[in-house]
Amino acid sequence: MTVHASPAEIETDQLLGMLERMYLIRRFETEAERQYKQAKIGGYCHLSSGQEATCVGTMDAMTDDDLLVTGYRSHGFALARHVPATEVMAELFGRVDGCARGRGGSMHLLDPDLGYYGGWGIVGGQLPVATGLALALVRQERPAAVLCELGDGAVNMGAWHESLNLASLWDLPIVYLVVNNIYGMGTSVERASAEPELFRRAHAHRMVGERIDGDDIEEVHAATSELLQTARDRHRPAVLEALTYRYRGHSVADAGLSYRDRDEIKEHQERDPIKRVRSVLSERGVEDEQLDAADERAQEQVAEAVEFADASPEPPLDQLAYGMYAKGSDKQFARMRPGSPFGERELVFDAGLGD
Amino acid sequence: MTYREALRLALAEELEHDPRVFLMGEEVGQFEGAYKVSAGLMDRFGADRVRDTPISEEGFVGAGVGAAMLGERPVVEIMTLNFLLVAMDQVINHAAKIGAMFGGMVRCPMVIRTPNGAGAQLTAQHSQSFDQWFASTPGLKVVAPANPRDAKGLLKAAIRDEDPVLVIENLPIYKEKGEVPLDPDFTTPIGLADVPRKGSDLTLISHSFATKRCLDVAEDLAESHGLDIEVVDLRSLRPLDVETVAASVSKTSRAVCVEEGWPTYGVTAEIAARIGKACFDDLDAPVERVGMAEVPMPYAKNLETAALPGADRIAEAVLETLEGSR
Ligand SMILES: Cc1ncc(C[n+]2csc(CCOP(=O)(O)OP(=O)(O)O)c2C)c(N)n1
Repeated sequence: MTVHASPAEIETDQLLGMLERMYLIRRFETEAERQYKQAKIGGYCHLSSGQEATCVGTMDAMTDDDLLVTGYRSHGFALARHVPATEVMAELFGRVDGCARGRGGSMHLLDPDLGYYGGWGIVGGQLPVATGLALALVRQERPAAVLCELGDGAVNMGAWHESLNLASLWDLPIVYLVVNNIYGMGTSVERASAEPELFRRAHAHRMVGERIDGDDIEEVHAATSELLQTARDRHRPAVLEALTYRYRGHSVADAGLSYRDRDEIKEHQERDPIKRVRSVLSERGVEDEQLDAADERAQEQVAEAVEFADASPEPPLDQLAYGMYAKGSDKQFARMRPGSPFGERELVFDAGLGD
Repeated sequence: MTYREALRLALAEELEHDPRVFLMGEEVGQFEGAYKVSAGLMDRFGADRVRDTPISEEGFVGAGVGAAMLGERPVVEIMTLNFLLVAMDQVINHAAKIGAMFGGMVRCPMVIRTPNGAGAQLTAQHSQSFDQWFASTPGLKVVAPANPRDAKGLLKAAIRDEDPVLVIENLPIYKEKGEVPLDPDFTTPIGLADVPRKGSDLTLISHSFATKRCLDVAEDLAESHGLDIEVVDLRSLRPLDVETVAASVSKTSRAVCVEEGWPTYGVTAEIAARIGKACFDDLDAPVERVGMAEVPMPYAKNLETAALPGADRIAEAVLETLEGSR
């Protein structure tokens, strides 16, 4: 393990805020699982309980101008990046007030206003896209960097190697954050990667590769801050491998026990990232009541999110094709539309393509 | 026996029957298959013949191509058809072209099996029917069983075939039950359509999950409208059995083609054109097509349902076609 330069100490107030967001993620995920089992949430639902320090530590190292791209296990990152819990929950419910207007679901959260350019469902598919965002930042001379999240399973895709090569060759401001939670579905990193020390793969592309304890929020924050700064200042890409663990199965549908045992999970839970932040804060003299209050506020936010999602309407049926093409395209499609002389029944709905 | 079990039986029998056969893919072994098709097979045949791969579709599909060129019989599982897009180059530019491009001197006897199918709110990147992309590629064979019997029969035929065959399975019917022959030499011939329901008023033509829908619609319309509808299940998309389709439409004079994919340039487009040519003089109404609404699949349940070719849309197309008859 490359030991990182001593973690920059995070101010107590900021750390308290981070603790609250870690609680928010934990409580949100517990509630999401409950809502999934009551069929309020459909599709796939990948939870990130256990990975909160990585989510919050990296997000707080980003500036407002930096851009975020993630895979499909993205509730934690979205919440840590301050996408409102109400809108994330509404998205999971498939409602019109969701952050992707009910069209993306769990795997495709986004918030362009917050610089979050998408959760993506194809393993590795987000990597070239994120690399392109970094290219655009350079072309537009914006003093910002991209943080691109991926799992340990994604590093074996061709897209990973191609992206790293481009980023290094072209000097792009991007940090590839490998969230190594040991498993890609049911396959452990040792069974999937010939080089299981994933950060080393960066070296083949002459970029910095670093491995950190992803459950130590201060270390996560310090390492991400430093690498993002290098990306912004010197346009050099990097790979940051954060070692963490997912408590739940691959998705809500997976019990997560066929490829690992309860003891392993318990062992990780004993080193829980939330407990660790609490003890850092206690050591700094913060009272238990204050720490508990952070949890309570998080729980209130989650309750409010469910209420909001429940009250939000379903997306209107006649807007099925909404967003598919840009404004003005309706005219071009006029001759294919239902109702036109030889229009096909299945093409697009009468309300048009939406604008 | 379920569709899933029928596939498992076919794999087990072929692994038993031919030592050149091996299965590989993500989570097929230790995890027992993402959708449990290969449950128990690694225990029975070992990790060499039921081989777990990393998430590297292009890599292991290509490795299947190479192994097949040396006479192995790889069966490559892709978790869902959506992820086969990552390996498209190996399928279209390599596997499919080897026979012709090298003058028949080497062959590629491999199978790619992968489920497909929408309806579980899996959103745009996980609910796509791209059957027609593959079926339009010369050099590939493409089959899509609609029931457990053909799931076993077509998979076995594919494994025994000398060419690359894509077997498109279907997620929503993995749990459907049906009679399955236990004879280890039973296969379903590639290139032959089936007529699971006879009728005289109109022909419904489809494949895979849509066939099940069509059979249900035919049953409902028999009850509600006294209609006598014939259903043709294509089973193979390439080679395509135009003869069975044409014989049916010549008899009924009316056709509605149904698919779960986007119909523009789709399977139904192909079938409608073939019918137009083969049955021009027999047709009493224009050939109608029903497919998925031409949008990327949305997540919200109500939008997803509206996008899919449900029974109501098929029935409506049938009734309109009958009304429109001369
Ligand atoms: C190209 C592709 N292949 C397979 C899948 C199915 N799949 C979804 S998630 C996953 C595991 C990915 O693991 P990892 O990258 O480690 O991320 P984690 O789940 O640990 O967050 C797989 C195999 C997919 N979505 N895309």
